Amino acid sequence: MADASSSSHGDLKLTRVTKSFGDFTAVDDLTLTIPEGSFFALLGPSGCGKTTTLRMIAGLEEPTVGSIYIGETDITTKKPYQRPVNTVFQNYALFPHLSIYENVAFGLRRRGVKDVKEQVEKVLKLVELPHLAERKPTQLSGGQQQRIALARAIVNRPALLLLDEPLGALDLKLRRQMQIELKWIQTEVGLTFVHVTHDQEEAMTMADTIAVMNEGRIEQMGSPAELYESPETAFVANFLGQSNLIRGEVTSSEAEQSVVEVHGQKVAVLKSRNRAKGKSILVGIRPEKIRISLPGDPCNGNVLTGGIVSDVSFVGVSTQYVVEMPWKQDLMVFEQNDGGTPTLRPGDPVSLSWNPPFTFGLDGSEDVNAGSEVDEPA
Amino acid sequence: MTTIPIPTLPVSKRISRWFGRNIIRIYAVIGFTYLFIPVFYTIAFSFNNAGKSNLIWKGFTFSNWKNPCGAPDVCNALGNSLKIGVLATFVATVLGTLIAFAIGRHAFRGRATTNLLIFLPMATPEVVLGSSLLAMFLTFHINPGFWPTVAAHVMFCISFVVVTVKARIASLDPRLEQAAMDLYANERETFRRVTLPLVMPGIAGAALLAFSLSFDDFIITNFNSGTMNTFPKFVWVSAARGIPAQANVIGSSMFLIALFVVVVGQLVNRKKAR
Repeated sequence: MADASSSSHGDLKLTRVTKSFGDFTAVDDLTLTIPEGSFFALLGPSGCGKTTTLRMIAGLEEPTVGSIYIGETDITTKKPYQRPVNTVFQNYALFPHLSIYENVAFGLRRRGVKDVKEQVEKVLKLVELPHLAERKPTQLSGGQQQRIALARAIVNRPALLLLDEPLGALDLKLRRQMQIELKWIQTEVGLTFVHVTHDQEEAMTMADTIAVMNEGRIEQMGSPAELYESPETAFVANFLGQSNLIRGEVTSSEAEQSVVEVHGQKVAVLKSRNRAKGKSILVGIRPEKIRISLPGDPCNGNVLTGGIVSDVSFVGVSTQYVVEMPWKQDLMVFEQNDGGTPTLRPGDPVSLSWNPPFTFGLDGSEDVNAGSEVDEPA
Repeated sequence: MTTIPIPTLPVSKRISRWFGRNIIRIYAVIGFTYLFIPVFYTIAFSFNNAGKSNLIWKGFTFSNWKNPCGAPDVCNALGNSLKIGVLATFVATVLGTLIAFAIGRHAFRGRATTNLLIFLPMATPEVVLGSSLLAMFLTFHINPGFWPTVAAHVMFCISFVVVTVKARIASLDPRLEQAAMDLYANERETFRRVTLPLVMPGIAGAALLAFSLSFDDFIITNFNSGTMNTFPKFVWVSAARGIPAQANVIGSSMFLIALFVVVVGQLVNRKKAR
C-alpha cells in the first residue's frame, strides 16, 4: 500500500469547514484550496484556529461541519493512520525509546514497505545526519531533532506534509538556517507542505502562498508580496510587517484615483487599491515607503506636513523614526542609511511624503490597531 | 624597598571556611550513616554464632549463611511470603495498570469519585483494614489462610499501583501517540509500540513497590492468614523467644538482591544513554 496513496494525490480542498469546542468556534466556515506541490503557510496569532485547521487535516480532530478532500478522496472522517498525510509536530514528538533509525523507519514498517533500510538511509542523508542513526532522540540537539522529525515524515512520501510551528523551539540563527533548508528540501522532494506559524517572517521566507488567519477565518490569502503590498484588512496590514493607518474621508473621485482628506490635508489613493466601501477610509502606507524631509524642502506625491520627530532609533541598515502628527497620531518611518536623508533629532519639524501608488485604502469601519497588539514572535 | 605582606587568615577563619566548603559532604555522611546503621547491623548479625538468641555478638561464623533454612519453619514462612507476594503483585499490577489507564486516559462519569476511592485504602489504618477484612471473610464463611491473604494483599497493593502508573501516564506527551497514529500505526499498534513501552518503567516500578509492600506486610496478614506462617509473622513470633540468625540471613539477602537489581538497572541505563 506504499504508493496506493498516489490515487489520492492532488490538491487539498477544505470546504466550509467549521470546528467548535463547546461554545467556542475555533475554525469558522473555512473554505480553502491548497494546490499540489506548493509550500503553503497558515499564518496567524495564537488562538486564530490555524493549529486546529492543521489537526483536522491530519485527522487528529474531526470537523464539526464541512469536508476535507485530497484530490478526489474524501478524508474528512478517516483516521490519522488512513491518510496520506504526515506531520512534523511542534517539539518534534520523536519516540524517546527508539533509536533515530527506528524513529525514521516507524512509518515505513507500519505500512509494510520492503526496502526500509535503503529508504531510511537515503532520507537520513538528505537531512545530513546519517551518522546519528543509532543514537536516541534525547542525545540530539534541537536542530538535529528537528531534522529527524522532518525525515521521519518525508520518508513516507505523503501527499501532504504538515508542519506545526516546526522552528518554534530553535534559536534565531538556527531558525534562519532551517528556513532555508526546509524550503530547499521541499523543492527537492516536491511534496505539498502546509506550514502553520505565528512568525510572519518565517511564513514570508518559505511559503509560496500565505493565508492569514484571525478568529477562525482567513483574512486574506496570496503570495507574500501581494499580502505585504496590498493588504485588504487592517489585521493583515498590521500583522504582516508594520503599517501606518490614517483615518480620512473620500472627498472627490477622479478617473483613476480618489482624493482623501486626512485631518485637513489631501492625499491620493488609487481606486484599484481602495477597499473602502463608503466615504470613510483608512489610508495605509508602509513605513519604508515614506520619505522624511525638512519642512520647505521640495517633496512630491502624497505629502503630510506638520510632523515632529519624537523618537529616532538607528538599526544599522536603516533608521526608524517615530513622527508625531498634528492630530496626535504617531507614524513610523524607516529610512535607508544611504546618506539621502538629513540627520534628524527628536523635536525636529518634518514633512512626510510618498509615491501615491504605494498607498492602500482600507474600509473606515476597521480598527486601526487590529493585529498589531497580538503576540510577537518569541 | 618594602614588601607587602601576603595576608594570611587566622586559623579560626580557615577552619570555618573548611566547614563551609565541606558542610554538604559532612551532612551527607551523617545522613547515610543514620540510614544504613540498621542495615549493617542486620548484615553483621547474620554472621553471628548466635545459638538460640541473636541479640548479643558471640563470634563470627558462616554457618547461618550455609544453612539458611536451619531454623525451624523459617523457609516455610519465607516460601509463603514469596508466593503471596508474587501472586498479589501480578494481579494488583495488571488490575491497577488497567485502572490507571482508565482514569488517566478517559473522561467518564464518576472519574473523580473513582480517584478518591482508589486513594482511600492508602489512607485507612492497616489495623482497621485487617480486622474488617477478617470480619468480612468470617461473615462469608471463608476461613483465614493463603487465598484470603492474597486477596487482601491485592486489595491494598492496587492503590499504590494505580497511583504509580497513573503518574507515568500523566507525564506521557500525548503528541507521541498522535505521532504514531500519524505514522500509520492503528490504535492497537500505537499502544503496543509507543504507549506501553513508554509506560513500562512506571509499571515495573509499581510491581516492585507492590511486591515489597506485600512481602513486608504484617498487620493485615496477621488478621487474615490464620495458621499459615509468613516471614514477617515468623519474625514477630520468634521475637518473643529470640530471633534466629537465619532471619538476618534472609533479610540481608533481600537487601543484597534489591541492591543488585538497582545497580544493574543503573548500569544498563547508563550504557543505553551512551
